[in-house]
Amino acid sequence: MGSRISAKRLTKELTELKTNGPPTGCTLIQADDLECWVVSLQVLGESVYEGEEFALRFKFSSSYPIDSPEVTFVNCPERGWKAPVHPHIYTNGHICASVLGSGWSPVLNVASLLLTFQSMLASCKKKELPPDNDRYVRTAPSNPKQTRFVYHDDDV
Amino acid sequence: MASENEIMTDISDDDYSDAFDPDEDMEAEFDDASSISDSGFSPIEPDSHSTGKDPKGKGKAVDSMLTLDNHPGASEKLKEEQKVAVAYVEEMLQLKSEQAAVLLRYFAWKKEKLVETYMDSPESTLAAAGIHENGAQPRLKRVRGFVCEVCYDEMAQETLALSCDHRFCKSCYAQYVTSKVVDEGESRRIQCMGSKCNVIVDEKTVELLVEEEVLERYRSLLNRTYVDDSTSLRWCPAPNCDYALKCHILPRQLDSIIPTVQCSCLHTFCFGCGDADHRPCCCPIVRRWLKKCADDSETSNWISANTKECTKCHSTIEKNGGCNHMTCKSCKWEFCWVCMGPWSEHGTAWYNCSRYEEKGGDAVNQDAQSKSRASLERYLHYYNRFANHEQSIKLEHELATRMEKKMEEMQEHSSLSWIEVQFLAKAVETLTKCRTVLKWTYAMAFYLAKNNHTAIFEDNQADLEQAVEGLSELLEKPLDEEKIAELRQQTTDKTVYVSKRCQILLDDTLRGYEEDRWHWAEAIKM
Ligand SMILES: [Zn+2]
Ligand SMILES: [Zn+2]
Ligand SMILES: [Zn+2]
Ligand SMILES: [Zn+2]
Ligand SMILES: [Zn+2]
Ligand SMILES: [Zn+2]
Repeated sequence: MGSRISAKRLTKELTELKTNGPPTGCTLIQADDLECWVVSLQVLGESVYEGEEFALRFKFSSSYPIDSPEVTFVNCPERGWKAPVHPHIYTNGHICASVLGSGWSPVLNVASLLLTFQSMLASCKKKELPPDNDRYVRTAPSNPKQTRFVYHDDDV
Repeated sequence: MASENEIMTDISDDDYSDAFDPDEDMEAEFDDASSISDSGFSPIEPDSHSTGKDPKGKGKAVDSMLTLDNHPGASEKLKEEQKVAVAYVEEMLQLKSEQAAVLLRYFAWKKEKLVETYMDSPESTLAAAGIHENGAQPRLKRVRGFVCEVCYDEMAQETLALSCDHRFCKSCYAQYVTSKVVDEGESRRIQCMGSKCNVIVDEKTVELLVEEEVLERYRSLLNRTYVDDSTSLRWCPAPNCDYALKCHILPRQLDSIIPTVQCSCLHTFCFGCGDADHRPCCCPIVRRWLKKCADDSETSNWISANTKECTKCHSTIEKNGGCNHMTCKSCKWEFCWVCMGPWSEHGTAWYNCSRYEEKGGDAVNQDAQSKSRASLERYLHYYNRFANHEQSIKLEHELATRMEKKMEEMQEHSSLSWIEVQFLAKAVETLTKCRTVLKWTYAMAFYLAKNNHTAIFEDNQADLEQAVEGLSELLEKPLDEEKIAELRQQTTDKTVYVSKRCQILLDDTLRGYEEDRWHWAEAIKM
C-alpha cells in the first residue's frame, strides 16, 4: 500500500518540477528514479552565502510522504559542492531541522523543502558550525533520520 | 543541536507537571481510590495514607511490604478508571466525551489542573490540547472534485477532515494513522496531517480509519499512556509482567519513605523509582549513589575484578564463592577479600571491616591533593563493599546450583527427601536478600553524616555483615555425606539468625527515617 502512494505521488511531483521548474535558484540535477534526487540550490539576494552553490540529496522511502524524506547537503569536490557552514548544518551534510522530523507533514513536498532550506540559509547572519559538530560527525549514523535531533530551528 | 543520547523533550507535558500542586492531587487521588477500591485496584495499606495527612513529607516510613490487590483483569480496571475520569470532565465542563478524553490525556489525567486551567481560559486550553471547540465529530464523506494534498489523487472515494477542516482522502489518513501507531507507537498525540496543525485524531476517528488489529494496538497504547501519565500508577518492571500497581506517594516524600511494593508476580520493587528493592536506602540517595558509581566507574573498576594478589606471597587468588574469608592456596595466609586485612581480626564482635576509619585526623593541615585522595579512598571503601556484595550474590547462586546438583546425587543413595534438602535454597535466598540490604547500607553510609545515631547504624551493619559471612562460609564447606544432618541443622540455625539480624537493621533504619535521625553529609535534593 505504501509504495503505491509513494510512486504515484513522486511521479506527480517530478512531472510538476519538470514542467513548471523548481523554485528560483534551484536546478534539478538528477532524478533518474523515484528513490534519490539531487537538486542544486543557491540563496537568492544578499546573504552570507552569496555566489555559493550547494546541492541537496533527497532519498525517499516507500512510506513517503507519510514519512519524511532523508535530506542531506552533498559534499562533492568534483562538482565543487560542500555543505554550507551554518549553525544547523553539520560538515557531513546532515541538517538539524524540525521540518524533517517532528515538524514533517505529508502535505509538504520537495519544492516546499527547497524553499525552507533556502530561507534557512538566507536568514543566517554569521557562518558558524554547530557547536557540537566534531562530536556529532565522529559518531553520526549515515542516515540522519536515525539521529535524535533536539531542534533549535523553530525560528527559521 | 544533535545528540544521539538526548531525547527530545516534550514541553507541553513538563509544563503541567511542574505547575501542578501535589497536595491538591493527593486529595483527588484519595477520592479516586475510595471509589474504585472495591473494583480490584485498591490503594496501598492505610499506612501510606497516613502520610497524606502530614504535608511536610516526614510521614511514617513504610516498614512492611505493601501488598496490592491486583487481578488479571487489570487492563479492564484501567479502562474503567479512565471512563470515570472522562465522564467527570465531560459533565463538569459540558464537553463531548471525545474532547474530554483528549483534554485529559493532554493534562496527563490531572483533572483538577485541567478543570482549573479550562475555567481560566477555555479557548486557549482547547487550542493547546488540539481541539476545535465547535468541531463536529469527524466522519467519512465523498466530496466532488476533491484532490488530496497527500497523494495528489483526484479519484478519492472517501475523505475525512478533523475539526480544522484539513481534508484528505481516507486511504492516506489510514496509512498515516497506521504508521503512527505501528511504527512510532504513538497514540494520544496523533495530529492532523496538515502542516503545523495540532488538532488531535481522537479515538472515534481512529476507529473510522484503521483495521481491527491496528485499532487494538492503538487502544493498548492509549491504556499504557494512562499508567505512564499517572503519578500513582506504575507498571511492574519485571520482564513479561503486565500488571500496573497503584501507590500514593509524592516525589517529595521519597526522602523519608521507601515505598516498597510487591506485585502479584512476586517481584518486589521501589514504587518511587521502579528499581528493585533498595531498602534501607531511600530513593534520592540511591539515585545519587548510582550516578556517582557511573561517573567514577573507571577508578573503581579494578575492585570488582575477580582476582587479587595474596598480600603475603603475591600468588594470584581467584574468588569463586561468595564468602570473603580467603585462604591463600600457596602460603595458607588467611585474609579478608574486601579489606585485604588479616582474617584473624575479623571474627570478633568488633567487625570493623564495614566501618570506614578516617585517617590522619588533622584536616586543617591536609593539602588539596591528599584531601582528594582521602575522599577517593573513602568512596572506594564504600564502593568496594557495595560491589562486593553484588558480586557475592552472583557467586552464591552459582555455588547453590552446584551444591543442589550434588545434593540430588546424594538423595539418590540416601534417605534424604527432597524437602529435607530445601534448606539450601532457603539459605541462598536469605543470603541474597540480606546481601542486597547490606549492599545498600554502604551506599547510605557513604552519604550519612557521622553522629551517635550512625554508630548504631554501623553496629547493626557490622552484625549483619558478620552473620552473612558466617552463613556464606558454611555453604562453601565441602559437602560431607555423613554429616549432612548436622550441616542442615547448622545452616537452618544460621539462616534464621541472619534473617533476624537483617530485620533488626531494617526496622531500626526505617524507624530512623521516621524519627528524622539520618542526616546527610551533602544536601540531598530530588
Ligand atoms: Zn490521499
Ligand atoms: Zn488540521
Ligand atoms: Zn509483576
Ligand atoms: Zn527507589
Ligand atoms: Zn599467599
Ligand atoms: Zn575485611
